[in-house]
Amino acid sequence: MKVTVRLFATLKDFFPKNQKKVLVELEAGSTVNEVVEYFGIPQTTPLIIKVNGRSGSKSTVLKDGDRVGIFPPVGGG
Amino acid sequence: MKIYRVNMTEGKVTTEDVKQDYVALGGRGLTSQIIADEVDPTCNPIGAKNKLVIAPGLLSGTNAPSSGRLSVGTKSPLTGTIKESNAGGTAAQKLAKLNVKAIVVEGKPEDNKFYTMTVNKDGIKLEDVSDNLLGKGNYEVMEKVQEELGEDVCVMSIGQAGEYKLQSASIAVSDPEGRPTRHCGRGGTGAVMGSKGLKTIVIDDTDAPGVSIVDKDKFKKSARGLAKALLDHPVCGEGLPEYGTSILINILNESGGLPTKNFRTGRFEGADKISGETIADVIKERGGQTAHVCHPGCVMRCSQIYNDKDGNYLTGGFEYETVWGFGANSEIDDIDAIAMMDRICDDIGVDTIEMSTTIAVAMEAGIIEFGDAEGAIDLLKQIGEGTPLGRIIGNGTGFTGKAFGLTRVPVVKNQSIPAYDPRAVKGVAVTYATSTMGADHTAGYAVTANILGIGGDVDPLSKEGQVALSRDLQIATAAVDSTGLCVFAAFAILDNEVALPAVVDMLNAQYGIELVADDVTKLGESILKAERDFNVRAGFDNSDDRLPDFFLEEECSPHNVKFDITDEELDEVYNF
Repeated sequence: MKVTVRLFATLKDFFPKNQKKVLVELEAGSTVNEVVEYFGIPQTTPLIIKVNGRSGSKSTVLKDGDRVGIFPPVGGG
Repeated sequence: MKIYRVNMTEGKVTTEDVKQDYVALGGRGLTSQIIADEVDPTCNPIGAKNKLVIAPGLLSGTNAPSSGRLSVGTKSPLTGTIKESNAGGTAAQKLAKLNVKAIVVEGKPEDNKFYTMTVNKDGIKLEDVSDNLLGKGNYEVMEKVQEELGEDVCVMSIGQAGEYKLQSASIAVSDPEGRPTRHCGRGGTGAVMGSKGLKTIVIDDTDAPGVSIVDKDKFKKSARGLAKALLDHPVCGEGLPEYGTSILINILNESGGLPTKNFRTGRFEGADKISGETIADVIKERGGQTAHVCHPGCVMRCSQIYNDKDGNYLTGGFEYETVWGFGANSEIDDIDAIAMMDRICDDIGVDTIEMSTTIAVAMEAGIIEFGDAEGAIDLLKQIGEGTPLGRIIGNGTGFTGKAFGLTRVPVVKNQSIPAYDPRAVKGVAVTYATSTMGADHTAGYAVTANILGIGGDVDPLSKEGQVALSRDLQIATAAVDSTGLCVFAAFAILDNEVALPAVVDMLNAQYGIELVADDVTKLGESILKAERDFNVRAGFDNSDDRLPDFFLEEECSPHNVKFDITDEELDEVYNF
C-alpha cells in the first residue's frame, strides 16, 4: 500500500530536500511507526501525528491512500 | 502604587491611592473591574461616558519571564461588550516601574483637539499635538516622538483609523526597537482613545522607582522556576522562537481547520507558501530576525522582524492570525504581499484579524476577487485615506457584511472569528460563542487540547468535552491575563506541574500575600463574572452567545463537519 507523508518544522531535516510530500510504500497493516522508522526519526523525538487530518499516534494502523502529517510539538496563536 | 485619573473634558489629572478592592488585581482583572464599577454599560462607546483603562499586569516590571503584557479595558465600540485588549511592547514594564497601577482616561475634550499624554516619574501631563501629529500613521508618529525624547521612551499611539473612530481601530504599542508592531488589536480600543482626543501616550521611565518586592530571594527563585518551565517546554522553548506563531499554518491545514476562502473549507492549497517554515526561511535569507522579543525579558521570543526583497525592514510581529487571514482566508499565497498588509494595518492602526476577515468579506461581496493581493492592499490603504469605502472596511467584518447584504459573515457579537474553523476545532468554537469579548481565540484557547496535544487530547470534531474544556480555559486565561504573563505561558502551565506554583509563589513573594493555586481559579471566575455582568447590564443575553447560521448549516471540508453543539450546551459554559 502507499501513503502520502508530510514532515514539518524541524522534522524537515529528515525529508528529501525541496520536497513537500513523499509517497511511501509500506506493507499492508503497517503503522505510523513504520513511517517514523522509514525516515529515520529517532524514537525519542516527541511527535504530533495526524492521519487524514485526525489525531493519531505511532500505533495508528494505516491503509492505502492515507495522508500522514508528522510534526514536532508546535503552538502559537 | 497609584491610579492616575485623566479627565479629558477638563484636561485635569488626579492621583488616587489604590483602594483595597483593587490591590490584588492587575491587568485584565483590574481593567475589567474598573470598567464594570465605573462605566454605564449602556453608554455610547465613543462618547464622554465611556472610559479607557490602561493597566500593567501584576508581575509586569519585575524579572518574571515573559511578564510584560499590557491590558487596555473599555466598553468596545465594535462589540458593545466589555473589552480587554492585550498587547506586548514596552508599555507595561515601564508603567509598573513608575508604580502606575492603572491610568483611567475619562471624558472628552470639547475643542476636538488631539493631545499627547506624557507619563514619567513626575506624573502625567497633557500637550496639544493637533498641529504636528494629527493625520499621521503610527510609524511616523513614533519616529517623531523618539527623535524628540529619545529612543528609550515607549509610545502608545493611534493611527488615522483611531482618529476617525473606526470600530477596528487599534492602539499601537512600541516594541523594544520603538516600532509600532504591537497592538491592542481587538475590539476598537483605538477608536475610544481617539474619542478621548488622545493621539499618543508617551511613557518615560527614566529614574523610575522600580517595582517593590517583599521577598526578593523567594521571588528570584520562583522566577527562575518559571523560566526553566518555559524553556523546557518544546513549544515555548523551541517551536515559538524558531518559527514564530505561523508554525500553526501547516498543522491547522493538515487538521482541516484552516479557514479558507471566507470560511468555505478547512484546507488551503497554498498553505506551505505562507507557513511558519517558509517565513522563517525568508527572514533568514534576507537578514531579518527570528526569536525577536515583543518586550524585554521574554524567553519565548515568538516575534520576528521581516525584511523586504531588498533586505530592508518591512514589518514585525507578523502573527499566525494575520498570515492566515490575509493568506488562506483571502486565498492569497504571496507572503510578501501579506507582510505589506500587516505593515499597513500597523501603520494606520487597525486590528489585523478584523481587517483580514473583512478583506475576505469584501471579496465575498465582489468588491475585489479572492486572491487579489493588490486589490486588498488598495482597500487597506483606503482606510487611512478615509474614503467612504475605506471607512466601511475599517468598521470591520460585521459592518462590511451588512453594507453589502451578505450572510456569510463570520462574527460573534460583531467581532470577527479568527483562524480556526469553528466546525473543525469545536473547543475554540465554544470560546468564540461564549467569550465575554466576542469571538476571541485567546480567551479560551482550546486549540491546545483539540489540535496541539497540549494539556490533554480532546477530539476537535466531536462535541464531547468541548464545553468543559473551553470553560476551564476561559477561567484560567482571565487569571493569566491579570498577571502580565503572556498567554503562551499557559502552554507550559498546562503541561508542567511546576509552572503554576511558580507563578503563585512569585505573586506571594512580590506582594507579601498567601495565595494558593485554587485562588487563581477563583480570580479567573470572578473576572469572568464581572465581565459577564457588565454585558448583561449592557443588554446582552444567552442568545448573543451563538455562531452565525452558516456554521450550523454548511459542512466544512475535508472532514465535512458542521457545528453541532446546541444552544443549551453552550449556555452551560457559565455554570460555575
